[in-house]
Amino acid sequence: MSRHLLSAADLDHAAAVHVLDVAEEMAATQRREIKKLPTLRGRTVVNLFFEDSTRTRTSFEAAAKRLSADVINFSAKGSSVSKGESLKDTALTLQAMGADAVVIRHPASGAPHRLARAGWTRGSVVNAGDGTHEHPTQALLDAFTIRRHLRADGAPTGSGTAAGPGSATGRDLDGLRVTIVGDVLHSRVARSNVLLLHTLGAHVTLVAPPTLLPVGIGGWPCEVSHDLDGALRDGAPDAVMMLRVQRERMSTAGGGFFPSAREYSRRYGLSAARLRLLPEHTIVMHPGPMNRGLEISADAADSPRSTIVEQVGNGVAVRMAVLYLLLAGDLGGRA
Amino acid sequence: MSTTTPAPGGTGPAVLVRGARILGGEAADLLLSGGRIADVGPDLSGAPAARGAEVVDATGLVALPGLVDLHTHLREPGREDAETVESGTRAAARGGFTAVHAMANTDPVADTAGVVEQVRRLGEEAGWVDVHPVGAVTVGLAGQQLAELGAMADSAARVRVFSDDGKCVWDAVLMRRALEYVRAFDGVIAQHAQEPRLTEDAQMNEGEVSALLGLRGWPSVAEEAIIARDVLLASHVGSRLHVCHVSTKGSVEIIRWAKERGFPVTAEVTPHHLLLTDELVRDYDPVFKVNPPLRTQADVEALREGLADGTIDVVATDHAPHPAEDKDCEWAAAAMGMTGLETALSVVQHTMVETGLLDWAGVAQRMSTAPARIGRLEAQGRPLAAGEPANLVLLDPAARWTVDPAAMATAGRNSPFRGRELPGAVVATFLRGRATVRDGALVEPAGTAR
Ligand SMILES: [Zn+2]
Repeated sequence: MSRHLLSAADLDHAAAVHVLDVAEEMAATQRREIKKLPTLRGRTVVNLFFEDSTRTRTSFEAAAKRLSADVINFSAKGSSVSKGESLKDTALTLQAMGADAVVIRHPASGAPHRLARAGWTRGSVVNAGDGTHEHPTQALLDAFTIRRHLRADGAPTGSGTAAGPGSATGRDLDGLRVTIVGDVLHSRVARSNVLLLHTLGAHVTLVAPPTLLPVGIGGWPCEVSHDLDGALRDGAPDAVMMLRVQRERMSTAGGGFFPSAREYSRRYGLSAARLRLLPEHTIVMHPGPMNRGLEISADAADSPRSTIVEQVGNGVAVRMAVLYLLLAGDLGGRA
Repeated sequence: MSTTTPAPGGTGPAVLVRGARILGGEAADLLLSGGRIADVGPDLSGAPAARGAEVVDATGLVALPGLVDLHTHLREPGREDAETVESGTRAAARGGFTAVHAMANTDPVADTAGVVEQVRRLGEEAGWVDVHPVGAVTVGLAGQQLAELGAMADSAARVRVFSDDGKCVWDAVLMRRALEYVRAFDGVIAQHAQEPRLTEDAQMNEGEVSALLGLRGWPSVAEEAIIARDVLLASHVGSRLHVCHVSTKGSVEIIRWAKERGFPVTAEVTPHHLLLTDELVRDYDPVFKVNPPLRTQADVEALREGLADGTIDVVATDHAPHPAEDKDCEWAAAAMGMTGLETALSVVQHTMVETGLLDWAGVAQRMSTAPARIGRLEAQGRPLAAGEPANLVLLDPAARWTVDPAAMATAGRNSPFRGRELPGAVVATFLRGRATVRDGALVEPAGTAR
């Protein structure tokens, strides 16, 4: 039984589908009058955030509280973290507090692995985004969103048979085409999504300028393209996911990855014109926070195809499922 | 017959080493006396000079000239929390070394005659191996202005190897001047080849594993571009260049190309680059974080081949001890470096001898003779023959042991080989006839109460 969720690769096909199914159940409870479940009463979940992310922290906090867990928010940003040693000391402190699960966001790739493997804590470790490595719960909520839109009964690309109306329970993403666009090199969202969506049977295409793709990407289970128009027109994606691009990356100090925001937007932004290349059923996704006018136009962000606001809500259900399975159930998977 | 004068510093009673396989060849006796090898022969038990000598049974053991490390970080002065000259040279003796070159990146930097003489003196006081300080190429390793290389060469430390190790002398004009300048006293520039702009904040080898792990890539071209430039510079000015810790296949090819043209270039490889690959980084354990980074299996193969065919002259440890807290953290925050003195010979046996790539004579050449010659050490790296200084190591090639960093003499616990079973154990080390190691254990110098 897997004790941690460090990478999307920790989940095999059955485990990934199961998390999505449990997340559906969790989402159903959230439509009730009384949202709170007693499942994790008496358990302690620590949100250990070494990096600002109100969005992710509040999502995990809401998830843990709705399962009746005690939540400790531990923000270590800007403290003596530069030395790194404090990760160990902080972990030992949390251990002493009796943390059953540690949800960690850290600017260093692999910090959750250290926490889980170095023997500093006995609790379960959930990776809430580590450096430029992974963000597995983001990938889960993206997969959840895609499945709901495209694999539920009555969905344009869904199969017609299964449980109740609108249900996607038990299904994967077999054969769906997902195009992920932008700064793959620095994106933990992209890494986790490539791994998870592939596990679930989707065909993933990454689109980016060559400077924003890692050397060594050849072994990834996806296609790679530098031509967004071609990928949208000929690839006929079912979902298009736009990644955040940081403006500072165009300066020499930032690495000089692209010449200007305007050129980036022209070549790789989801403009109104590109939106019109998409099949009618295609959804538009973004993990947030968005740079409107850079990687995504207002037309795209605010269009009816956009699932961007919905993704946030799905995040709580998915994180409830992960915490529940780690602490009270069985996450399954490979680890 | 003992007809030679005692070696300087040679002391202690005579020692008769019986039945050692010299360079892995035929078994022979060696008589050590007055700091020198007094005699070598099939049976010296009846020799008059052997009367009263302490007898060491070396049946089944291989005798090699005392190992010489061209690249050791002893950390003193400045980082005595990581290692001292005392602890580092104890580790060296246990690893079979009789001489080490102490790198200049101490605090203060070894960029003046005063500091190199201090390190030299600390080595003499410790007495475990000969300590030859490496001088910094530039003041403070800052890459701006040449350090007083001549003063260090003329000092009591007689510095011949100069290096900004840890930093690359990246300015082409400064590198050219350094190469030219040290020719006046037969010095060599040992370059840490790392193009700085291509490796800003780099964390591990750039390739498939770094792509997955989201760690900033350290491209092989950053090493190869500097080596290519430097071999051409060395040829242009006719000065000796030594390339530190070569880690990539491309680097081996460039050095091979340079040697084919007769360029005055030598190179070293570390034991860890002969065995370990970037696959080990997958769990983000910083014990595998090192500069240059662990590369791929193809690079490992090329390095072994290059060492076997002589493209790479030397195995050097790049022994780099760190206190536990500098490794007990997340990858990006961790220090780069690995300990190596006490595992070097075993790793070379494992990767080069047991694979048939080198015989023991080849190991002696690459771990003793060649590094001594590059460092211009006259009394090290000598043949095991009558009249030569009695610097030698006896190792048991049939032994197997499991690496336990806590049991090491070095203060550093950052061995990347921890938990591995390795072949070959150092049974005895002799420095000018005195046993620094006997039965695998350090022998405290007589008259000291440590
Ligand atoms: Zn170096």
